[in-house]
Amino acid sequence: MSTATSNQNIATRPGPVGLAVHCKGVTKHFGKGDSKVLALRGVDLDIKYGELMMLVGPSGCGKTTLISVIAGILDRDAGECTVFGADFANLSGGARTKWRGANIGFVFQQFNLLPTLTAAENVAVPLMILGEGRHAAVKRAYDVLATVGLADRGKSLPSQLSGGQQQRVAIARALIHQPRLIVCDEPTSALDAVTGHTVMRLLKGVAMAQDRALVIVTHDARIFGFADRVASMNDGSVVSVGTPAELEAVHRH
Amino acid sequence: MNFVALKMLVGDRGKYFGIVLGIAFAAMLITQQSSIFVGLMTRTFGFITDTGYPDIWVMDPKVQFIDDTKPMQDIRLYRVRGVEGVRSAVPLYKGILRARLPNGTFQNCNVIGLDDATLTGGPPKMIQGEIAYLRRADGVIVDKVGAEGRLARPVLDDQGKPVLDEQGKPLPPIPLKVGDVLEINDKRAIVVGICQVQRTFQSQPVIYTTYSRAINFAPRERRLMSFICVDAATNANDPQTPEAKAANIQALCDRIEQRTGLLALPGKAFSWKTVMYFIKFTGIPINFGIAVVLGFLVGTAIAGQTFYQFTSDNIKQFGAIKAMGTSNSRLLGMIVLQAVVVGLVGYGLGIGAAAGFGYITKGSELAFRLLPETLLVTGVAIALICVLASMLALVKVVRVEPAIVFK
Repeated sequence: MSTATSNQNIATRPGPVGLAVHCKGVTKHFGKGDSKVLALRGVDLDIKYGELMMLVGPSGCGKTTLISVIAGILDRDAGECTVFGADFANLSGGARTKWRGANIGFVFQQFNLLPTLTAAENVAVPLMILGEGRHAAVKRAYDVLATVGLADRGKSLPSQLSGGQQQRVAIARALIHQPRLIVCDEPTSALDAVTGHTVMRLLKGVAMAQDRALVIVTHDARIFGFADRVASMNDGSVVSVGTPAELEAVHRH
Repeated sequence: MNFVALKMLVGDRGKYFGIVLGIAFAAMLITQQSSIFVGLMTRTFGFITDTGYPDIWVMDPKVQFIDDTKPMQDIRLYRVRGVEGVRSAVPLYKGILRARLPNGTFQNCNVIGLDDATLTGGPPKMIQGEIAYLRRADGVIVDKVGAEGRLARPVLDDQGKPVLDEQGKPLPPIPLKVGDVLEINDKRAIVVGICQVQRTFQSQPVIYTTYSRAINFAPRERRLMSFICVDAATNANDPQTPEAKAANIQALCDRIEQRTGLLALPGKAFSWKTVMYFIKFTGIPINFGIAVVLGFLVGTAIAGQTFYQFTSDNIKQFGAIKAMGTSNSRLLGMIVLQAVVVGLVGYGLGIGAAAGFGYITKGSELAFRLLPETLLVTGVAIALICVLASMLALVKVVRVEPAIVFK
């Protein structure tokens, strides 16, 4: 898919109707027999269009498993889960991979930039996966790098960038193909407080749009304030969903 | 994504060179050892190639290879000449005789006696003199390597000690030259020419002379004729395609064997019989085979281990691009591309090094013959190494869960 086509798809997308993500009774287990672990125990969660949802909770509570199921990289055992109306369970492996490539952007905790590619080339990878030619993809990558304030670092290797800069490159990579859902796993945990806030401001500023949704898994209480809503998870279940202020009030009491 | 695959590969220079060098080492060892083996085997029938002329070699049925001469009585020659389809049949003497050099030392030489009348089957290339000079009294032609090597005369002083140059090194020996006199089995021989022949397996100096002179040099025996060289008669009406010609020659061989009880083989078949003898009855192929197999195994181990390590180190990156929408078939394509690139580069470097080795050692005692077939065999071996090396990596990448990126 070329950039032009990609842009055209976005322009001709129907207006946001219904929910961006709808999960109901989602369960997921790992292992077998005595070592079987129930990671998700009937999770119900809805994410609206234009919403930044944070998933918070202690380690091992199922946050990462839930975003993996939402992003279609893990199969659920039971329940319903649709993303922009599409149910991964109804898609073949190849179709699911293709759908994911076109519609979901990822930001990882450890950035997962390819160390031998320059920043611009890393940003261009999703477009190349979608079939865009290298030169056009890299050219477009420079434009997106400019939106995250790294226009002058396009030729730098990841090892030549600071942690904050690498995460900004990862954000640019997650945005370049204009996905509708952006999934972030602990995007600020490897960063100091100031850089973490910068990254969150950037995410909120450049990633949010009315036809998009953003899901962020985090432990970092310092960034809860950026969320529209926060879903608290514990032991494989969503125990509460509310605004950051509501969450703070609950914690205060 | 091919670009990404290549950048991932060459970006990690240490591992890239590790894989390439592993493959290059294997390619070099396989090519070099195979070429030396082929070179050695070629030397075993070097005399047959040099003689060239006869369509058919006739010999005692017990002969196993070219140097395994079982002398026949001269009467056999006439029987062969009587077989229908034989245009000409000439005797050939081949034997190891001891030559006494001008300085009094002795050297075993391979003496070839050519038919007096036709002098057919002589050396393929004359450097000095002509083959016809063999008709001069006591005339012999000596091969260049022998003349400059084992038959060369060391420079000695009156006390028999080597004469030294200004740097204290012994002066180089003086090559045997036209006009020098040898003694072969106490019979006088005069060098009338210097020729060039293929090196033989035994690497002894080769001395050509006439058949009658050769049997005069040889110790008196009842049987002295080593081979009968037969030229097949051709009929203008016979089909002249190579296949038809070969069939005619084979038919003539069968007739000669039937009528004379001797063994008759076309030159190519005799060469193969010689090679097969060395393959079957000497440890040479095993020794070279072990080196080739070792090269293959070491190359596979180095390349496979490094390739697997390379993939393991990048597994999260592969997981990330898988999560971002890269299909398994695309990932397979990326790994295969990486394997093909390192395979081609390693193969090129390896055969280049082997060819360089062959070029440097050209003209030396070392047998080295690089055949296109050897390059093909090495190519197949390297392809196999790449397949084996990338197999584990392929499995690892295909099995990787994209969810690994969240761990």
